[in-house]
Amino acid sequence: MKRLNLEFGVGLFLLLGLAAFFYLAIRMGDVGLLRQEGYTVTARFISSSGLKEGAMVELAGVRVGKVRRIALDPERYESVVTLAIEPGVQITEDTIASVRTAGIIGDKFIKLTPGGMDLYLADGDEIVDTESSLDIEELVSKYIFEGSDTAQSE
Amino acid sequence: MFRAIERLGDRALYFIELWGQMGMFLLTTLASLLRPPYHLHPILKQIHFIGARSTLVILVAGVFTGMVVALQFYDTLVRFGSVAMLGSAVALALIRELGPVLSALVVIGRAGSAICAEIGIMRNDEQIDALECMAIDPYKYLIAPRILGGLIAVPALTMIFIVVGIFGGWFVGVVLFGVSEAAYFHGMYDTVVWHDVWMGVVKSFVFGLIIVWVATVRGFFLHLDRSGVFGAEGVSRTTTNAVVFSTIGVLVSDYLISAVML
Repeated sequence: MKRLNLEFGVGLFLLLGLAAFFYLAIRMGDVGLLRQEGYTVTARFISSSGLKEGAMVELAGVRVGKVRRIALDPERYESVVTLAIEPGVQITEDTIASVRTAGIIGDKFIKLTPGGMDLYLADGDEIVDTESSLDIEELVSKYIFEGSDTAQSE
Repeated sequence: MFRAIERLGDRALYFIELWGQMGMFLLTTLASLLRPPYHLHPILKQIHFIGARSTLVILVAGVFTGMVVALQFYDTLVRFGSVAMLGSAVALALIRELGPVLSALVVIGRAGSAICAEIGIMRNDEQIDALECMAIDPYKYLIAPRILGGLIAVPALTMIFIVVGIFGGWFVGVVLFGVSEAAYFHGMYDTVVWHDVWMGVVKSFVFGLIIVWVATVRGFFLHLDRSGVFGAEGVSRTTTNAVVFSTIGVLVSDYLISAVML
């Protein structure tokens, strides 16, 4: 009986620990044993500044995947972003991928704007139309300097 | 003058010797693990002692830590108008730092000191010599199950601490202060990535090893202590030493692991 008690206690304790671990790993860490197999598409950006691996991919405001990998194309000096798209979400070939910011200083994410074609992208395909990230600093300085240029010319 | 230098050198040599002692001790224990016989029951017993019987303390500590972290973060975040970050802040703080460190400190207080005193008394009463006389390897028989038990029990306790803490934070944030439940949990799920959880796991394994390692090595080499005090006084000294050393070890390695993994 004593032995049984000990094993029961240890078993209960370890189950609790494992349950806690799986809760953390699956809900927080997104590593599911039940992970559904999606597919990946790539997109080239002139600049993906601020985008991080694991960032969200949204279509019509709904989360449909995430950024799997960001790499540099050493020949064209472009950023090649690999997007993991959930299964069941089909993306048309003329979809536009743009790097957007949530709020003014929020996280960067990829926004997909679907087009009207009947052809859909398959695993490994590339999204041709892309918009790079908007650099707020650049925008502000552009606004300021262009403003002063026009003021001088007048 | 010469005496001072002599003493300094003596200290330094002793310090290096201590590290060598600890390293040899761990290697001998690990090597003894590879040899048969393989008994599971002693390990279970240690998991029970280190882990299962600490669960209640960990639950209480976890709930209140989560609550106070949520309280403090709420008060800070409200000033910036970003209360929606509460869940992420609480979860990250617990998973990466507070969970592993505080559970390790609780385990040091509850189990580390007890293990050290137990082994120390065994050494003091010549029970370990008796084991050797009977050709029972004390490393295999006494130390290995404790180290393995610590390596299994401490991470499990840490995970329990973190999850309970998150719900403690949920209680303060959502129930008491009315932060939206969706913001709390979804902010958390979106922000926390596997790397964060992994960091907590690595830390808890390292801390588990450090706690039991220091506790057993201090107790085991009670008779080699330089102060030359044995008996009840020696055990009390060595236990205090073990608690202090493992606390410092946990905090220092916490910084090192964070620095390497961030």
